[in-house]
Amino acid sequence: MQIILPAVLRELADGAGELVVPIDGEAALLRTIMDAAFVARPLIGARIRDETGDLRRHVNVFVDGQDVRRLGGLDLVVGSGAVIHILPSIAGG
Amino acid sequence: MTQTLVAIGTRKGLWLARTNDRNIWSLDGPHFLMREVPSIGIDTRREPPRLLVGVRSEHWGPTIMRSDDLGQSWDETPEGAIHFPEDTGAAVERVWQITPDVHDDDVVWASTEPQALWRSEDRGETSSLVRGLWDHPHRPEWGAGFGGAAIHTILPDPTAPAEMLVAMSTGGVYRTGDGGDSWSASNTGIKAPHQPDPWPEFGQCVHKVARDSAKPARLYAQNHHGVYRSDDNGGTWTSIADGLPTDFGFTVVAHPSRGGTLWLIPVTADSERVPPDGQLQVQRSSDAGASWVTCSAGLPAPSYTCVLRDAAAADTNEPTGIYFGTRNGEVYASGDEGESFARIVEQLPDVLCVRAAVIG
Repeated sequence: MQIILPAVLRELADGAGELVVPIDGEAALLRTIMDAAFVARPLIGARIRDETGDLRRHVNVFVDGQDVRRLGGLDLVVGSGAVIHILPSIAGG
Repeated sequence: MTQTLVAIGTRKGLWLARTNDRNIWSLDGPHFLMREVPSIGIDTRREPPRLLVGVRSEHWGPTIMRSDDLGQSWDETPEGAIHFPEDTGAAVERVWQITPDVHDDDVVWASTEPQALWRSEDRGETSSLVRGLWDHPHRPEWGAGFGGAAIHTILPDPTAPAEMLVAMSTGGVYRTGDGGDSWSASNTGIKAPHQPDPWPEFGQCVHKVARDSAKPARLYAQNHHGVYRSDDNGGTWTSIADGLPTDFGFTVVAHPSRGGTLWLIPVTADSERVPPDGQLQVQRSSDAGASWVTCSAGLPAPSYTCVLRDAAAADTNEPTGIYFGTRNGEVYASGDEGESFARIVEQLPDVLCVRAAVIG
């Protein structure tokens, strides 16, 4: 499982732009993948999800190019070969 | 030599203005560019002083950053200095206030949107939710002003460690006398012009409360229309708006050492959020609100800006310095308690908060 971080979060991952997240089996819930990806990097996890576990309103997550908010959100089942992009939405002024 | 530090939180970052003489200023920043800075605490109780800064990204959420070297480097608690317990189902939207305690040098208070009060016992590195206020039966009826549903005022009582006052918009003033286990609404005499019953127990839109330095039971409140004083620690409130050009505004600052002196920055009305008659001005009272003096020397006219509730502060120099920032990114300073002002910063984003301290 590959997670692509936006540039603004990479300093919190020691400069890494990509994280490889091993999962058990052929697929896992996106929520489980996010938990595993950021358990050792809580500052990144807190940037992406609030303390209730929800995605922050202006953070978008794409799995193989598809916006997960249209696919069940964090309850989406994601295959082991998927590429997950985390991107800030267009917001602000 | 002592240095005066003025920390300026804006819609798009933090700037730190420093001076040795309150005449020539140097400006350091931006810190946290493109992130909102709605709250700043300057903790001078120990050496080195600690800066605690509420930072919020529209994308990446809120956090508290801290610096023990006056902004040269910043750190944050990996799990978050403030986060709601899981059982609450709530999430911090914005840190609105950071207040060092007046009794215990390790304790720092903070308040947030949604309306919650937090106590830290390690100078702001971690915090616990004050359950007595979170579980208050009035909480479902507290509302959100335009700025959000937040507690914006935290006033520990210097004479009694177990006593504290907080205020929120909307909701009003609440007090505890038992260290935060229980809280009572304390709005008697404060009008709520936006409610069908203008004299409710709670629900007032109190914009800011300040405590008198010489008489701690004396408090001053700038309301959403209405300026009040309490002489019984918030038990009852009476109007001190006579003599002011308007009773609307957002901020109130009490003199840090001389009782009876306070400053307001008036705004024409709820429906006209600009300075009265287009003159940016400060109103000063030296007799606890019995009379008012207009302070406008050095301030621009015409001006159609506005000063928000946390965008004004006093330092502890003698004479006291007064500082405030505007929504059009200017910061004004007075080294003579408001007799005259000078613009010390311009062209910043909207100023959300200003805090001042004497360092060293």
